[in-house]
Amino acid sequence: MSILVDEDTRVVVQGITGGEGKFHTEQMIEYGTNVVAGTSPGKGGQEVAGVPVYDTVEEAVEEEDADASVVFVPPAFAADAIFEALDTDLDLVVAITEGIPTQDMAKVNKRLDEVDTRLQGPNCPGIITPGESKLGILPGNIFSEGNVGLVSRSGTLTYQVVDSLTQRGIGQTTAIGIGGDPIIGTSFIDALEAFENDPETDAVVMCGEIGGEDEEEAAAYIAEHMDTPVAGFIAGRTAPPGKRMGHAGAIVSGSGTGTAESKIDALNEAGVPVGDTPEEVADNVEDLL
Amino acid sequence: MRLHEYQAKDVFADAGVPTPPSALATTVDEVVEHAEDIGYPVAVKAQVHVGGRGKAGGIKLVENAEEAREAAEDILGMDLKGYHVDKVLVEGAVDFKNELYVGVTMDRGEGKPVAMVSTQGGVNIEEVAAENPEAIAREHIDPAFGMHPYQARKAVYDAGVPNAVARDVASVLTTLYDLWENNDASDAEINPLMITEDDEVIAADAVLNVDDDALFRHPDLAEMEDEAAEDDLEAKANEYGFDYVRLDGNVGIIGNGAGLVMTTLDLVDYYGGKPANFLDIGGGAKAERVVNALDMVFSDDNVDAVVFNIFGGITRGDEVAKGINEALGQFDEIPKPVVVRLAGTNAEEGREILNDELVTVEETLEGAVQRTVEYAEDEQ
Repeated sequence: MSILVDEDTRVVVQGITGGEGKFHTEQMIEYGTNVVAGTSPGKGGQEVAGVPVYDTVEEAVEEEDADASVVFVPPAFAADAIFEALDTDLDLVVAITEGIPTQDMAKVNKRLDEVDTRLQGPNCPGIITPGESKLGILPGNIFSEGNVGLVSRSGTLTYQVVDSLTQRGIGQTTAIGIGGDPIIGTSFIDALEAFENDPETDAVVMCGEIGGEDEEEAAAYIAEHMDTPVAGFIAGRTAPPGKRMGHAGAIVSGSGTGTAESKIDALNEAGVPVGDTPEEVADNVEDLL
Repeated sequence: MRLHEYQAKDVFADAGVPTPPSALATTVDEVVEHAEDIGYPVAVKAQVHVGGRGKAGGIKLVENAEEAREAAEDILGMDLKGYHVDKVLVEGAVDFKNELYVGVTMDRGEGKPVAMVSTQGGVNIEEVAAENPEAIAREHIDPAFGMHPYQARKAVYDAGVPNAVARDVASVLTTLYDLWENNDASDAEINPLMITEDDEVIAADAVLNVDDDALFRHPDLAEMEDEAAEDDLEAKANEYGFDYVRLDGNVGIIGNGAGLVMTTLDLVDYYGGKPANFLDIGGGAKAERVVNALDMVFSDDNVDAVVFNIFGGITRGDEVAKGINEALGQFDEIPKPVVVRLAGTNAEEGREILNDELVTVEETLEGAVQRTVEYAEDEQ
């Protein structure tokens, strides 16, 4: 079992003719992802990596009966690409693109209230169900099949923690990167809820970072709604206030919200052990299993 | 990107927000000249990206030419919280009876814009926000529609703005929202919005911060960029296109991916060291980027040792290792000890390729950080 994607998920790649889109389409296919179509306006009728290209997402979804899309469209056009995907009956849209204007995402966020499609990201590495399917840019070979779910705001930090788990023989049901932007589609709570409802997931790792209050809200959710144990990690303990640490969303505001301390306290209060190091997170997962 | 007050005031005035008469000056004579033209009293205000300018001595109210000259001599060239002042705004002083606060920003928790009004404007608005949040009326805006006029009125009434000026304040708030939206701002603020004895409304300060990710569609604003980097290294980072933050420790840190670099900083601290910087070189590790990153960290005099932490995802570890060797080969001498940790795809092959005469190779993140902290201590 897994959450959101599996071997049957039929995937459309938006922006398949661009450099990133093409490269990662090949990588996804090699991993086993069922990529059934790509889109690129004006390039309908072509083929990329053996996959048919359509001008519109609607056409791709109808012709190839797709369930999910991955967006590799450049930031200036990415919100438009997401709107296009949300106007079809896809179940899931995974936006990899980094640097989408925040006001564009506020409009997308409004649209999400009106449709059933789930958005993951933007500015995220994607989602992977090891051994079955990956949508995005995650390096498939560090993941392994197993019973631990993982949700994270950061790409390479996800890889670091997964690597520690895999090397100890702890595999994953699904790993999901929710993205480092201030406004994102799928939240920690959405992912935690899905893991809670997945009978194969016996423990969850949640990697947060400074900025915003999503981790605090997730802690409250865990305390109230989850039986599946959760191990936590928070990056950015040493970040000075007012400085953006790479991710647009990773900033401790002047008024003191978004600090690592507040997030760690909230998680601890919810019974979630928060590791000081990635290895300690793996130790905690071993204890919880 | 932050605009200076004088730049933001131009944008606000163009949009129809009432602002006092003002002029920009870069010399003492210009200050006096503008002050005479505007008529005393005037305020002389340092144009630097620093909060709390008034309290730090960057704003002075003057009554005559002699005081104007004195204030200009004090402020021009001064060092304000680390920023050099090279221009000042000379502005007609406003005789006010009330100071309001109005602002528009993105509420990230809600994923929606929010317009704010308070009758407790002035220098202590952050304290008001922290201690007495209900003194700030908030109205969330549907970004698909923009702010309806009733929402501006509602925020103004909720805040308890006096009836005599309510209409005008609502109008300023509507304008502020529109310019926030039209300029892809992250924050647009007027603090204080002054109410005069004659019940006129006038913007005595202006804040406009623009979303960096949206600058591509605002070339006019991008041209106004005057973000005096806090030091040469931050300027260099901008040139190289790195996400870089300078800190005050002695352990240099280079890595890929914001979350992992932050984690590396935290681990340095955890093992008793002090991080000198945050430096994210992004995806892959092309030799040129590695050279630039090492150059950045080596040229920071505070740095005594460097930890280089790369998690090879799609980019294979052996390719990363070749990039690092090539990069190190371009330095005649490695000036500071470098500890490299490679993980992920083909990491083992990568570690074998790394030239261990030039760098110390560690297998684990924790091991690499501990080793670097030891080196940094030895160098001191």
